[in-house]
Amino acid sequence: MPNYAEVLECFRDKPGGIIEAFHALQKEHNYIPREAIGEAARAFAMSEPQAYGVATFYSYLSVEPRGVYIIRACESAPCHVAGADKVIEALEAHLGIKVGETTADGRFTLELTQCVGQCQGTAVITINSTPYLDVTPEQIPVILSGLE
Amino acid sequence: MIEQLHIAFRNADKIDPKSIGDYIGAGGYTALEKARSLAPKELADEVKKANLRGRGGAGFNAGLKWGFVPADAETTYVVCNLDEGEPGTYKDRLVVEKDPHSLLEGMAICAWAVRSRQGYIYCRGEYPYIVDHLNGAIAQAEARGVLGDFKVEVRMGAGAYVCGEESALIESIEGHRGLPRYKPPFPGANGVWGRPTVVHNVETLVALPEVVSKGADWYAAIGASNYPGTKVLTLTGDVVNRQAFEVPTDVTLRQVIFELGGGVRGGRKFKAVQVGGTSGGFIPESYLDTPIDFDSMRLLGSFLGLGTGAVFVLDETRDMVDVATRVAKFFEHESCGKCTPCREGTYRMYEIMKKINRGDGTDEDLDRLESIGKVMLRASLCGSGQASPSPILTAIRYFRSEFDHKLKALV
Repeated sequence: MPNYAEVLECFRDKPGGIIEAFHALQKEHNYIPREAIGEAARAFAMSEPQAYGVATFYSYLSVEPRGVYIIRACESAPCHVAGADKVIEALEAHLGIKVGETTADGRFTLELTQCVGQCQGTAVITINSTPYLDVTPEQIPVILSGLE
Repeated sequence: MIEQLHIAFRNADKIDPKSIGDYIGAGGYTALEKARSLAPKELADEVKKANLRGRGGAGFNAGLKWGFVPADAETTYVVCNLDEGEPGTYKDRLVVEKDPHSLLEGMAICAWAVRSRQGYIYCRGEYPYIVDHLNGAIAQAEARGVLGDFKVEVRMGAGAYVCGEESALIESIEGHRGLPRYKPPFPGANGVWGRPTVVHNVETLVALPEVVSKGADWYAAIGASNYPGTKVLTLTGDVVNRQAFEVPTDVTLRQVIFELGGGVRGGRKFKAVQVGGTSGGFIPESYLDTPIDFDSMRLLGSFLGLGTGAVFVLDETRDMVDVATRVAKFFEHESCGKCTPCREGTYRMYEIMKKINRGDGTDEDLDRLESIGKVMLRASLCGSGQASPSPILTAIRYFRSEFDHKLKALV
């Protein structure tokens, strides 16, 4: 039984700190488990639906289980003209999943994102928040095999 | 050849950003001392006179903003908006990466003017390493005691574009869904936890030490008189030099793209530039001799004027309808859903743009985009909804033939 209370303890004295707490929980579990949302609600004196509503508002937070590596491909206009669609197709083909899915072995989740602020090197993907710049479809197998 | 002029980047690559000693050695924290020798009102008047206007998107006079904070308020907050989520923008990240103490000093100067003892830096969730970097700088500043009784805390956003809007950002600091508030009251009267709050973009805050140490007249004389100073521009898209530049605000778009930017990639011809981020207007070649200052950009149809300073260049091969459709998708995704004009408007605009982009659109669809856009501009609750029609409406206004070309052939 994971001890969510321990993580929450570091943030409960921080006014409005539930988003910080969610970041910490997600760092540990790659998503925010349902029971953790309940515990967070109690720690920050909110109702559970309110806490759930906070977690689901922000695209960087997930309430669904995800893979070990979370790959986010930017689809904003600067990446779009730099060939983001082709990069996304290559990711889907290589991983054998569609955007929004996780590989059966639980290693990779593929998500779309809007701009991540690295537009000096479009197209951009991030893997567990680390940006990869000037990505082309041809580089996808190399980038992914580097994670094995 | 136009010259860059560095205010936000004054210490960039000259000092070790991880060393407060380097920053102090370069004259850092002396402006804060000078500011604290002035009465808060004197300081605010000086900044008002410098006509330092917000660098994040709305272009509001910083000193004037401070004037909204009641002088007798017991608790006030200074908030730094480091939530840059506007596609094509990465200036605030660069400024903080290269010189975090300029930001802390700027915040402390602002804090003196509005008698605040607590600051927050709201950093976007996509920059976790910047959060660590800032926490390191704050720890050094506290160890040296340079900030006095002014405390700064970094809060992390979590991927919501709307949180760049100041009242949504405040909601997020409070641990809520990032929904913009009804205004008035404005943050200056009622901000974080109901207390008077001043929210500034990174680039505005880092200019403050320079305004204080060199004086309002010095600053007001740089660049365009209606929007003085410098602006950090981030060049993206089909331009040779995809990088950041800091220039006086009276340079023209043509100078930015063809001198600093090195022109269009691959020897192709220029088609359009979108200035100010994805909520900015698309501008054709015929307007490239316009200066980049806020008001000039606004006259070209971009609601947020110069906006964030993102400069997104498109070459002759780009399909304006396709690019505008992608922009429409962005706003449909990022609308927070609180107000109907934006929630429904962004949805319908994206729906219609998809239809036109696949060749099924009609003249009536273009009329619908115009009328939806007008409603959104006037009736949306916050700047995000108000600005989001600009790229689509300017694309129609300046590149109408590309839209006409894609419309369904009527039998």
